Amino acid sequence: MPTVTYAGTQVTVNDEGFFTDPAQWREDMAPLIARQEGISELTERHWQVIKFMRHEYDTKGSGPTVRVLGKTSGVSVRELYQLFPHGPAKEAAKIAGIPKPRGCV
Amino acid sequence: MSKKIVVLGGGTGGTLIANRLRRMLGGSTAEIVVIDPDDDHVYQPGLLFVPFGKAEPGSLARSRHRQFRPGITFRQATVDRVDLDRNEVLLADGSPVTYDVLVVATGARLIPEETDGLTGPGWMEKIFTFYTLDGAVALRRALAEFDGGRLAVAVMDMPVKCPVAPLEFCFLADAYFRERGIRDKVDLTYVTPLDGAFTKPVCNRQLSGLLKDKGVSVITEFNTGEVDGAGGRLVSFDGREVSFDLAVVIPLHGGQSYVERSPGLGDELGFVPVDQQTLQSKARPNVFVVGDAADIPTSKAGSVAHFEGEVVARNITRYLAGEPLDGAFDGHTNCFIESGSGKALLIDFNYDTEPLTGRFPGPIGLPLLRQSRLNHLGKLAFGWLYWHVLLPGREIPGVHGRMPAAGKHLPSASR
Repeated sequence: MPTVTYAGTQVTVNDEGFFTDPAQWREDMAPLIARQEGISELTERHWQVIKFMRHEYDTKGSGPTVRVLGKTSGVSVRELYQLFPHGPAKEAAKIAGIPKPRGCV
Repeated sequence: MSKKIVVLGGGTGGTLIANRLRRMLGGSTAEIVVIDPDDDHVYQPGLLFVPFGKAEPGSLARSRHRQFRPGITFRQATVDRVDLDRNEVLLADGSPVTYDVLVVATGARLIPEETDGLTGPGWMEKIFTFYTLDGAVALRRALAEFDGGRLAVAVMDMPVKCPVAPLEFCFLADAYFRERGIRDKVDLTYVTPLDGAFTKPVCNRQLSGLLKDKGVSVITEFNTGEVDGAGGRLVSFDGREVSFDLAVVIPLHGGQSYVERSPGLGDELGFVPVDQQTLQSKARPNVFVVGDAADIPTSKAGSVAHFEGEVVARNITRYLAGEPLDGAFDGHTNCFIESGSGKALLIDFNYDTEPLTGRFPGPIGLPLLRQSRLNHLGKLAFGWLYWHVLLPGREIPGVHGRMPAAGKHLPSASR
């Protein structure tokens, strides 16, 4: 497994850059991961989604899909795409330090 | 004292679980009631063939109640909601039906209206779905009149029933236009929200290769935000566009609306959270789920309901006897993938093992993940097995609930 250093701490990620151990994530790492994704600044709306992703992962063991995010996070699917242009579920999961949301079979 | 088992839904899962339970439990042990709003049981795998004139709509539907063993009560009624605290199903006419054990087998519901514009101008004129009998019949006429241009086959979002069906549609459309001698005038484009034709790597490589061979363009990671029928284009949430002359869409899926009206029963999409192994609901120990209505990470497919049936029937009888549940579903799924011109592929997988090459159900058997005439015959034979073996809740000879490893080319790492 590759390792990356964010804010002075070494973390393990998978080949696509998703955290393999969400417990290694800290809030001060999020802006750095976001910058790698091309998001220069995390606004309050970004944080609302990131915190929601963390909460969903903690309670359910996997990150929500875009459709579920749109229904439950308080941010519409359209706005989610404005905030995370490369696909909200994947990009927000990466920034929130949780594994890639499971694709349905 | 006799217990009452209420099964919601008289489709694949509901029928096979009611029949299995009726065989296992004596009439004095349990009363079994199945509730469904209508009496039409549609053989859903047949819908794929209707648009191409290879299945007649009239041959796909039979009476629901005739599929039940004697000693099962069928009630044709609409469910308003379930009251988990009172162990009661409330029907739309206000009457309550109490239960000791509830089985949710109401499958998935198509929600075309949840996608902007999908049911607006052009719906059922140049935009169709073959996931309903009416849609499949209307699409047959539209295909017959189609003499060139872009045919876009688009999956709105996952989960959908039978996720290989849209790919099969592309393969069959390729063969259909070839037979009509106009394949060179038709641009076939497959539009998917996934990052490949299929989610699992080995199968994705195989199916992507097949799409390429058949000249089907693939547009991935396209999350349709709007269908503009008048303008003939699909617009994604991130602003990309795919124009079309004829669109075949797989609408968004969710659970039945009564699930959403039943506090505590379902999730955000109306599917019912269950233990992946026992299929007991997370909401209450006396509620079990069979088939597409469950939130488990398998394909929504009839084979899954069939393999689950054995586990759920066993767990329900043990629950009624006050014994711990020991039936464990492994996620076993088995799908024939029609690839056109009288050939098909077969895939067989579970929660842990992706679809692999090899043979099924053992070293001497049908070829896996490879086109063959034998698999096509298997797919056709399945129609008979469905009515005469699956629905009665019997085992297919040689095919077991748990996924067989023998015959599969397992990667050495996972042995």
